[in-house]
Amino acid sequence: LLQVRTADSPHPRFDLNNDASLVIDIPDALCERDKVKFTVHTKTTLSSFQKPEYSVQRQHEDFIWLHDTIVETEEYAGLIIPPAPPKPDFEGPREKMHKLGEGESSMTKEEYAKMKQELEKTVQVHEVFLQRLSSHPMFRKDRNFQIFLEYDQDLTVRRKNAKEMFGGFFKNMVKSADEVLISGVKEVDEFFEQEKNFLLDYSSKIKDATAKAEKMTRSHKNVADDYNHISGALNNTAADNNTAFKKHLEKCAEVFEKLRKVEDRMASDQELKLTELLRYYTRDIQAAKDLLYRRARALADYENSNKALDKARLKGKDVAQAEENQKQCLQKFDKLSESGKKELTSFKARRVVAFRKNLIEMTELEIKHAKVRRLKCYVYHYMFIRQCSGILI
Amino acid sequence: MSCMKRLCHETRSHDRLRRTLAVCLRLSRRLLLKMSEERDAAALSGSAQTEGEEDLFVSAMESPEAARLSAEDISPSSNGPKAEPMLLDDDPDDLFAEATEEVSLDSPERQPILSDGPSPVITPVTPVMISSRADVFDRSPDQDEDEEENRDTFDIQISVSDPEKVGDGMNAYMVYKVLTKTSLSIFSRDEVCVKRRFSDFLGLHSKLASKYMHMGYIVPPAPEKSIVGMTKVKVGKEDLSSVEFVEKRRSALERYLLRTVKHPALLKDPDVLQFLESSELPRAVSTQALSGAGILRMVNKAADAVNKMTIKMNESDAWFEEKQQQFENLDVQLRKLHASVESLVCHRKELSVNTASFAKSAAMLGNSEDHTALSRALSQLAEVEEKIDQLHQDQACADFYLISELLGDYVRLITAVKGVFDQRMKTWAKCQDAQVMLQRKREAEAKLQHANKPDKLQQAKDEIREWEGKVQQGERDFEQISKNIRREVGRFEKDRVKDFRVVIIKYLESLVHTQQQMIKYWEAFLPEAKAIA
Repeated sequence: LLQVRTADSPHPRFDLNNDASLVIDIPDALCERDKVKFTVHTKTTLSSFQKPEYSVQRQHEDFIWLHDTIVETEEYAGLIIPPAPPKPDFEGPREKMHKLGEGESSMTKEEYAKMKQELEKTVQVHEVFLQRLSSHPMFRKDRNFQIFLEYDQDLTVRRKNAKEMFGGFFKNMVKSADEVLISGVKEVDEFFEQEKNFLLDYSSKIKDATAKAEKMTRSHKNVADDYNHISGALNNTAADNNTAFKKHLEKCAEVFEKLRKVEDRMASDQELKLTELLRYYTRDIQAAKDLLYRRARALADYENSNKALDKARLKGKDVAQAEENQKQCLQKFDKLSESGKKELTSFKARRVVAFRKNLIEMTELEIKHAKVRRLKCYVYHYMFIRQCSGILI
Repeated sequence: MSCMKRLCHETRSHDRLRRTLAVCLRLSRRLLLKMSEERDAAALSGSAQTEGEEDLFVSAMESPEAARLSAEDISPSSNGPKAEPMLLDDDPDDLFAEATEEVSLDSPERQPILSDGPSPVITPVTPVMISSRADVFDRSPDQDEDEEENRDTFDIQISVSDPEKVGDGMNAYMVYKVLTKTSLSIFSRDEVCVKRRFSDFLGLHSKLASKYMHMGYIVPPAPEKSIVGMTKVKVGKEDLSSVEFVEKRRSALERYLLRTVKHPALLKDPDVLQFLESSELPRAVSTQALSGAGILRMVNKAADAVNKMTIKMNESDAWFEEKQQQFENLDVQLRKLHASVESLVCHRKELSVNTASFAKSAAMLGNSEDHTALSRALSQLAEVEEKIDQLHQDQACADFYLISELLGDYVRLITAVKGVFDQRMKTWAKCQDAQVMLQRKREAEAKLQHANKPDKLQQAKDEIREWEGKVQQGERDFEQISKNIRREVGRFEKDRVKDFRVVIIKYLESLVHTQQQMIKYWEAFLPEAKAIA
């Protein structure tokens, strides 16, 4: 059992709790064997809710269910659907947890810390998902969203029913056709033309940046691990000596242990601020692209309906039906265009705010860590020099 | 602080010592400033990152405690004869003479440390404490015997530099400039500069080993050969790895020479003097792996290994038994430590590569971003990361040259130490064999007593005398080598503390420098990030 109180940890919130009428957060998460249980806490003044405050337990699959039902809802076709949070990745630690349960082995301090970090990350990303929904004028009214927040029982049964209803319809569509369709569309509207070009290019760049940031973070963690091994090896070497050398080695081991802690902290902060930011926006860009895709489909449908109408007029058969169809297609397309424009504009604003906030926080943390590390090195350096000259405090 | 200055003037000569003290003064000033800065910053920030700060101050409080404790332990009377005392005249010389030439007060690495910020008001805590230990500066009566020897002998500086390629193709070789600066009388000039190639160094080592190892002297091992490395250089590849290889070798050769002259007996050796001074040196052909001498060496090594297995020595001296065990353990542990450090070097290089790669990617992302301010910030971020990549590279170098190479040297040194213990075993075995022979001769003589062969009897008596002499010689040799080893091990144990201390000090300096630069870069970036609107 591993519990993390997120209030204690400095993970970033994307600042979406601006509106006090519906405030959601995940104050803690429990990691039990294979599953992570999130405590979803809601405070609301909206009349559509039965109570002003709720606290429910949800699993990752519940979030996915909520995301899927929203995606499948036709009404939301013109909106950027907040990306689903990725599955908590506890591969290695999970095995450990499993063994723990069977009383086999115990977790080292490092493994525990790593688990805690993973938990922090996953809480952040699940929380942001909910907050995106609550801060959006349309999503916050969604019936299933309300059920998610209110229903005090397990959602498992509901989830199964939902699967039967929708059958994962949208997901079965061939996603790779996206790019081709979007780029193939003859765009009359300049706004969408620009957005399309921007999103296609940005999407590949941010994917690349995310991958590179991940590699960089992993290297940082490797360096921290090495410091750990060096510290251990120094202590082992010291154990067998009983001279001044021993004390010296022990001091060195201490130095490396301190270095490790700072390096580890730097690596995980960089991950939370930079890598997670990039990961999140890679997913968000995809959601924006999905919107363009839906609009492009609507345009394609509209063009097809035009052709069908012409054919019907030629044949003189089913004209009224064809006209109706064409009108509906046009309506749908216009609706998607109008709402799409709004969504994409606010998306840019949101992105800029998030980048700004995270870059500032990351920089401030880097400076802070570097200062701490400098000071620690300084102290030890000072000590060693004084030891050498025989001047001791 | 003023008593420190007075002490500086009052202590014996030594520019070096004065410099050390001056450095300590400035460092303590800086340190106190930093500590108060950080304390304030921690109080103001109030974020959840308090664990780091608390940790720091707890440890800063503990560490002086620990330092005081270790000082108390380390009095001249405790533990072994030469291991503990950190007396001033010896230490600063060793530290600063050989290994820390670069760390002068004016060196660029120091500048950021010393010139950061204005000079603060000093809280007069430290001087009081220092003056109470003023007795440490005085020369206490019970010194080590070899203090007397060592005091004047370590005024020698050696540098190996300017590698030059001579010749072409597979016959090419690198030549290094060996510069010796010294005031010692055994040298004919104050400053000598000669050109040597790698096989010359190997030749020197080979001569020294054959002269001194059997007496129990720990002869510093020469740097390792590398066929792959040299081939690349010969073939003329000017790429990064061959440049690195040459630098690695140059540094190793320098350390080798410094370690060799640090040994009081080796310093006076004529071969060493010739190596350092004479402009022409006969080519050491026997160092080649497949030469006659090379093959002989391999055969001898194999024979030694066999002997080691078969000789069962009656160790009457617990000291030797204990030490041998210690060195066995140390060997294993140092190898592990070395492996960990090599891993660090490797990962830091990876970090550097990945940072550079990320920097490029961030720049591309910045170009793609259509929001102007964010685009500019991302480009700036890319630039910062590029600079940081360079820092990582430099740090990796420091990791490597300071720590990894030193550990490698020590792993080889320990092999030499173990070799010396083996020599003692061989000496003992020889002594034993002589005794056995003597016994046999006596038995033979006894038999001849009754055989009435006066010539043979005389011969037997002569042989007995001969072997008695050999036994005596053997016993003397054994005693001598045991004595030498004790002294050598004592010296080794003292030196290793110094060596490791110097290394950790330099390493910490490199880290401080790196952090300093990082702070600079990120502080420059912060307004850019804030400017995103």
